[in-house]
Order: sequence, then C-alpha cells, then structure tokens
Amino acid sequence: MTWEWLIKIVQNNWPSFLRGAWATLYISIIGTILGSLIGLLIGTIRTIPMPDRGLKRIVLKISNVILSMYVEFFRGTPMIVQAMVIFYGSAMAFGIDMDRTIAAIFIVSINTGAYTAEIVRGGIISIDKGQFEAAHAIGMNHTKTMLHVVLPQVLRNILPPMGNEFVINIKDTSVLNVIAVSELFFTTKSVAGNNYRYFEAFFVASILYLIMTLTVTRILRFIERRLDGPENYNIIPGNQMQVERPEDLLHKDKSNTKTGI
Amino acid sequence: MENVIEIRHLRKSFGTNEILKDIDFNVRKGEVVCIIGASGSGKSTLLRCINLLEKPSGGEIIYNGENILDDKHDIFAYRTKLGMVFQQFNLFNNHDVLSNCMVGQIKVLKRSKEQAKEVAMKYLTVVGMDQYINAKPKQLSGGQKQRVAIARALSMEPDVLLFDEPTSALDPEMVGEVLAVMKELAQSGLTMLVVTHEMGFASEVADRVVFMDKGVIAEEGSPEQIFNHPTQERTKEFLKRVLR
Ligand SMILES: Nc1ncnc2c1ncn2[C@@H]1O[C@H](COP(=O)(O)OP(=O)(O)OP(=O)(O)O)[C@@H](O)[C@H]1O
Ligand SMILES: [Mg+2]
Repeated sequence: MTWEWLIKIVQNNWPSFLRGAWATLYISIIGTILGSLIGLLIGTIRTIPMPDRGLKRIVLKISNVILSMYVEFFRGTPMIVQAMVIFYGSAMAFGIDMDRTIAAIFIVSINTGAYTAEIVRGGIISIDKGQFEAAHAIGMNHTKTMLHVVLPQVLRNILPPMGNEFVINIKDTSVLNVIAVSELFFTTKSVAGNNYRYFEAFFVASILYLIMTLTVTRILRFIERRLDGPENYNIIPGNQMQVERPEDLLHKDKSNTKTGI
Repeated sequence: MENVIEIRHLRKSFGTNEILKDIDFNVRKGEVVCIIGASGSGKSTLLRCINLLEKPSGGEIIYNGENILDDKHDIFAYRTKLGMVFQQFNLFNNHDVLSNCMVGQIKVLKRSKEQAKEVAMKYLTVVGMDQYINAKPKQLSGGQKQRVAIARALSMEPDVLLFDEPTSALDPEMVGEVLAVMKELAQSGLTMLVVTHEMGFASEVADRVVFMDKGVIAEEGSPEQIFNHPTQERTKEFLKRVLR
C-alpha cells in the first residue's frame, strides 16, 4: 500500500464512497426501524396469554404457528441467501423487477424482525410477574397492561440488544451487493476494480464502516442514559395540603364519595 | 351492616392439589378483617381468588348482589373496586411515585389528568409520601415503596382494600411506618381484608380475625375470642407457635 494511492483513491472517488456509505446507512436505519416494529408486534402477539377456549384461542394458536415459522426461517438461513431467494423469487413469481433499494430495505426489515421478535418476547417474559399482577389488580386489561406498564420497561431493557442489531445491520447490508444494491461494499468494489487497487479501496471502506458503527453505538448510549433519567430525585418541600391532617382528608373523602361527587 | 363481598363454597385447586376447600365468609362494609394462619394454609390464594388473580375452581363470589364468577361479568370493572397491596410492593417501575398513583385513574377510570393528580396527591399525603412524587420506585426504601403502593390502591377509591402480608418483605425498622398507615386507614372506616403475620396488629386493629388452616377457615371471631379464648385445638397450637 502506498499513501499516494490511498490519497488518490479518496480524492478521485470520495463521492462514490459517500454515496455508498449513505445508502448503507439509510438501508440499515430504515431496515432496523421497520424490523423493530415487526419484532415488537410479533413478540407482543406471541406473549398474549392463551384463552381457555373459544375462537380467539384458535386464531391465536394458528398465528403463533405462522409467526414461529417466520422467526425460525429467517433466523435459520443466511441473509445473503434470503436476498437471492426474495429478489429473484419475486422476479420469477410476479414477473416484476423489484427496485433494488426497496428490496434491500425489505430484506433487512424482515430479517431484523425475526431477530427482534425473539428479543422482545424475551424482554416481555423477563418482566417480573408482579408488574402484570399489579396492573391487573387496578383493573387494567392485557392491552393496557402492556401499553402502560410492561412495554415501556421492555423497550428500555432491550435497547442494548436492539442497538446491537442496528450495528449488525450496518455491517451486514454489505451482503446485499449480491443483488447489486449500491451500498458501500458494492461501490467500493467498483472503485477498487476501476483502479485495480483493492487493498486501498477496501481500507477506506473499513474506516467508513467503523465510523458509522462507532457513531451509532455512542448515540445509543446517550439515549439510554437520557431514558434512565436523573440519578436522584428532589424532595418537594412543604405541600399546601399539609395544613390538613391525613385523617381529616380521609374522612372528608368518605363524605364526598357518599354524596356522589 | 351490609356485606361488601360474600364468598360461598369457594374452592381452588392447583392440579390435583386442593388449596382452598369450601370457604365461606363475608366482608362487611367498614370492617377490618385479618386473616392469620400457617405458611401454606392458603391465605394468599384466598386473597388472590377474591380479586381473580387466580381463577377459583368453584363456588361464588358475590359483589353488589351479583356473582362475579359468572362468565358475562366484567372482571376489569370489578377489580377497580378492590385495591390490592402486595408483599413485594409491585410498584410500576417505569412510573415515578405520582404517576404510579395516576396511571390507573387515567387509563382505567378515565379521570382527567388534573383530577387524577389531585386524588393521587391526596392519598400520597395520607401515607406521608407527598414529598417524593418525583422519585422512581428503585430510589425508595421498602417502607416508602409500600406506602406508595397503598396510595396507589387508595387512588382508585375502591370499596375494599386487600393486603397480602404487606410488611413481610420489609426490614424490621420499616414495619412500623407501614402498620401505622394501615392503622390510620382502618380507623378512618375503610373496609380492609389483611393477611398478616403481625399478631399485634391483628389483635389491636381487626374487627374480626379469621384463622385459616390447610385450606379451610378453622375459626373466626373477634380478636379477643381468637387470641384469648380460642376454641379449636389447631388455633391454640398455631398461636402458641407464633406468640412464643
Ligand atoms: N401457582 C401455584 N401452583 C401450584 N401451587 C400453588 C400455587 N400457588 C400456591 N400454591 C400452593 O398453595 C398452597 C397455599 O399457598 P398460599 O400462598 O396461599 O399460602 P399462604 O397461606 O399465603 O402462605 P404464606 O404465609 O407462606 O404466604 C401452598 O402449598 C403453595 O405451594
Ligand atoms: Mg402468602
């Protein structure tokens, strides 16, 4: 490797590199977001308590089988193979030539969905049973319990593995070059080929990948810390209600409820 | 006095293991009932059956003249009428103290935010936690958590408050503050059903004490009757063991 070549490659091809990096970034961002939503939905559905009987039970049973097949299939096969099957399969089945970027986002999304469905399911299962019981005890049904008590905690807890998925996606979009999506790996390959300088071109690409993954990791750390809120709380001094004694308040409340207010 | 809850022939089995056998008893309005008994006698199961956290295997639970075990009954509406205080507090970890007391009011009772806040503040003041409204559950001591849990239950303004060993998970020095709050609530005329190992509390505060043994109510009566003149042999044995 020579510094001259490295500098020359960057100077002559930086728009290609940036375009590739940008494609990689937005395919993995959109793919991760859509995939997380799919995973959230599926993970939540798969943890719905099974009713004792009735139509609901049958519907839930069938959808659980389908969803677990989906999860198993996409976790059990390489994304590079999925890309080929989906892209060429759709061309064969429907005679359509899928837009390559849309195909890329589609593949990353459903692949991420399969992984995050399990992350979400694990996150829900690991929430203390007492949280569910306390929510039920104040009259929340399953949906309200999930929305207002369980899922917010799950989302916080699964942020690190979700961030991990994002980082994996940034790297793994490189396999999409097999369906000629012009992400960073693909553009780097053509830069390298045009100049016959493989090492230098891919060295630049590796730096770009590293910048993207490190930035994403930092941003996610920051979000985690923000979500956790301040370490300490402030005591609210001197509440105006304290002029009344607690007992008085209770008695007053009793008379209030009797008169139906 | 009118009955708030009537329990008739209540049975509960886990598999082939029969935990509650033909339980019959009533809770009257304004009454404080303490349930005592050995570990494993079914006290928690009884309480959890009453608010349907466990599904009873048989029998009836009559509330407002209706058997809430009928299929058509809206169990969610029924549960808002019963407050539950757990041994492990079970405060919502994603909500701060104030929000713990508001979320049920807003999402279940459909109260406005302002009204919910006002009610929550009132009961947080009752339990002496009004200064901690911004704290997250994990930042509180056990006694503080339990007092917030009591305020959360009160904020729903239920007809009955159920307590399942509310002080058993607390360090000894925090038991007092929670019992003091409960005593105050009892004196204010609240209807309470309390499973407890605190015999002092039961004898001082209860209107009626129920002694459970192996899934049946072995004996019930006033604290004076149960603690000083028990008639059943197993009650005497149990008391001898715990009052030692
Ligand atoms: N979900 C369950 N599945 C099977 N058995 C259970 C379940 N819950 C409780 N039991 C059994 O029911 C019996 C009564 O339990 P319960 O918790 O009601 O007792 P308790 O009187 O509250 O005891 P403690 O004073 O220790 O809290 C115990 O033998 C327990 O093992
Ligand atoms: Mg118990």
